[in-house]
Amino acid sequence: MEKGHSHTLKVWRQKDAISKGEFKTYKIDNVSTGSSFLEMLDILNEKLLEKGEDPIHFDHDCREGICGTCSLYINGRPHGPDRLVTACQLHMRSFKDGETITIEPWRAKSFPVIKDLIVDRSAFDRIIQAGGFVSVRTGSVEDANAIPVAKKNADEAMDAAACIGCGACVAACKNASAMLFVSAKVSQLALLPQGKVERKQRALKMVAQMEEEGFGACTNTGACSAECPKGIELTHIARLNREYINASLTAEEK
Amino acid sequence: MKLDSKIPEGPLAEKWTKHKFNLKLVNPANKRKYDIIVVGTGLAGGAAAASFGELGYNVKAFCYQDSPRRAHSIAAQGGINAAKNYQNDGDSVFRLFYDTIKGGDYRAREANVYRLAEVSSNIIDQCVAQGVPFAREYGGLLDNRSFGGAQVSRTFYARGQTGQQLLLGAYSALSRQIAAGKVEMFPRTEMLDVVLVDGEAKGIVTRNLVTGKIESHSAHAVVLATGGYGNVFFLSTNAMGCNATAAWRAYKKGAYFANPCYTQIHPTCIPVHGDQQSKLTLMSESLRNDGRVWVPKEQSTAESLKKGEIKPKDIPEEERDYYLERIYPSFGNLVPRDVASRNAKNVCDEGRGVGETGLAVFLDFRDAIQRDGKDVIEAKYGNLFQMYEKITADNPYETPMMIYPAVHYTMGGIWVDYNLQTTIPGLFAAGECNFSDHGANRLGASALMQGLADGYFVLPYTIGNYLANVSSAKISTDHEAFIEAEKAVEERINKLLNINGHKTVDQFHKELGKIMWDKCGMARNEKGLKEAKKEIKQLRLDYWKNVKLIGANNELNMTLEKALRVADFLELGELMVDDALNRRESCGGHFREESQTEEGEAKRDDENFTYVSAWEYKGAEKEAQLHKEILEFENVKLTQRSYK
Repeated sequence: MEKGHSHTLKVWRQKDAISKGEFKTYKIDNVSTGSSFLEMLDILNEKLLEKGEDPIHFDHDCREGICGTCSLYINGRPHGPDRLVTACQLHMRSFKDGETITIEPWRAKSFPVIKDLIVDRSAFDRIIQAGGFVSVRTGSVEDANAIPVAKKNADEAMDAAACIGCGACVAACKNASAMLFVSAKVSQLALLPQGKVERKQRALKMVAQMEEEGFGACTNTGACSAECPKGIELTHIARLNREYINASLTAEEK
Repeated sequence: MKLDSKIPEGPLAEKWTKHKFNLKLVNPANKRKYDIIVVGTGLAGGAAAASFGELGYNVKAFCYQDSPRRAHSIAAQGGINAAKNYQNDGDSVFRLFYDTIKGGDYRAREANVYRLAEVSSNIIDQCVAQGVPFAREYGGLLDNRSFGGAQVSRTFYARGQTGQQLLLGAYSALSRQIAAGKVEMFPRTEMLDVVLVDGEAKGIVTRNLVTGKIESHSAHAVVLATGGYGNVFFLSTNAMGCNATAAWRAYKKGAYFANPCYTQIHPTCIPVHGDQQSKLTLMSESLRNDGRVWVPKEQSTAESLKKGEIKPKDIPEEERDYYLERIYPSFGNLVPRDVASRNAKNVCDEGRGVGETGLAVFLDFRDAIQRDGKDVIEAKYGNLFQMYEKITADNPYETPMMIYPAVHYTMGGIWVDYNLQTTIPGLFAAGECNFSDHGANRLGASALMQGLADGYFVLPYTIGNYLANVSSAKISTDHEAFIEAEKAVEERINKLLNINGHKTVDQFHKELGKIMWDKCGMARNEKGLKEAKKEIKQLRLDYWKNVKLIGANNELNMTLEKALRVADFLELGELMVDDALNRRESCGGHFREESQTEEGEAKRDDENFTYVSAWEYKGAEKEAQLHKEILEFENVKLTQRSYK
């Protein structure tokens, strides 16, 4: 087996939401290149615990890139240097031996820090609650094949639905805009016949909630899409803009 | 207490319909007077909470994650079964029922499984209406594929992210109810005990994971939908936070725990890379539809591979052993999970395993790519191949994948009757957290089906029957039962925080996992199990003397969270071993080495073990008491499973 890597880590430590945070420096040796980034943090945390120091708190759960819980800003990029992966799927082979790695939480007013690298992303939940659904009651539905959906539309809806709600788009954006997140849901449901009935209300309400949460404006720089671990494309923002303008002009109820 | 499964009278196909009619109803105007607590917001809990809200009940929903959208149902890749027969290939409710009973090795209740198959169609309808983007054919209709062990195409899927899409569907329905004020959501909140008032479940005690605050919540009924206990093994495909605490606390308050030894070891996971590994990653078993499983015929070839002297593609056809196709010609690579896993273990035990550790087998797409073209394979499995490459740095289009079995799902769980009610009145259990529908082995694409069946289509009916019989008077959390439960929780936390030992929680957890994997894993025998029982007990006693925690209760403290969970795993592990010891037969995921055929296949003992083992807690340091629910089969004939 090849020898593991050594790294210097600069990690954001913040006791709680109200305390002031700061970077702390840690050294770590003999990290297997096959380890994931979070496993590297596990090893560091075990060492901190053995020394009686508070471990570095970070959000994580499924560790297979789908739950959207992990949220690390690594060397100035959400989820780190690799394309199309979350931090939990980032592997240490992506870093050079001896490299210094800086780890921060998502930085956005709408995602306040709770502790260390953990932020509060409940704003995303409230945006979905504002309209990111189709209003169907359990049981009151017709046969699944009653309405055919063109494969192209179903596929594109799936492309949008792949969003894991991690917030990397917000963290990547200089304005901390949530447009990519919002557009993914609006786009998915606008593309499917099941979502058409409520499409105008949905676009208006979700955008209104997004603004209320304090997310910034979109200036189409595309940083969100470039950093999105699921490759959600900017075309969804274009569709959201169309949906929104159309709804603003024609919706009977606002 | 005698176990009453409350299976309705009458012919199998009419039981659920008749039962629904016989269930008492809560008047629409009265529903708002009843409160229901739902713990867990995965497919079962999310669907149940949303559906209760739609009906008009007041719901409080809890999850340990930062959002209900992150429950581990999200990680299911392959698909969801439904007896739609859209493919005109001979599927039916009865066939899905039959396959599930047979796949479960005749250790599940006929009536429950039939109901599951019956409502499976409604689930697909419901999800499509919510905007779940299932895969479609060019004509616009829903696409299906066949899945591990099934000979019809009944699996609906959304690329390799079916669980995610179904969960986001349930989450959207839940979000709608939260917005409507019918569901109050408590994220980052963990249930640490269930509270009984006059013998009935009337609430829970929780810990706010951000502030550490211990709180009581009361309700007229409590639903646990808290998932499985695979993390007992430390390494599993479960999320890091998955735990058994809610189920275990319920057990200690009087809910029987059924078939704890039934664990599913999934055959297609990415092999362990070393001792720094924190969890295992599953590759959807849909890959077995096109991938061929093999190892070298000779041990010497495997050795050369390990040393890097040759590459997999250098091994000629005649030196490869496609062992599943060889041993099981009619099912080949599509044999059920337990069979595929055990055979992988066998060939590795023979020294023919591949990879650095020798604990891996090949899953090869060479022939499928030659047959269908790279584009077709990429369209089907592109995201899985990408995920594999990210983790292993190997390109599966060029070189075969390596896979090895890993703990994935637990068929055992809290015992429930036909209404999904536990032995504690007012306490219900749904999804993976109950034991009900998969017998000793779960078929692929059936977990999503069961979670949503319980949440959308079973509990909304059966819980009403319970509520209709209880008073709607509000229950105060000042009741002494709540105060006592809170006190017990606080004492437990303080005890852990004050041990100040010298071993971390993870070190204990890893040791527990190793005992479980070695002695209560893919193959079990009496000697090993007896050793395991002693070792686990020793480890548990040591834990309460030597575990080391940092920090306090009144803050976000992930070490404390883990310590509470591992304390419960240490107790549950022992019960799993007790159950495995008691069941001196092989069935499904439970392989007792003493009970096998001459060919080394699992041998059931129907005469002595056609029952559900339901364990009752008798107090600390006392042996649990076994209760047997005899399983009766009126509609299927018990046969030895054969996939040859």
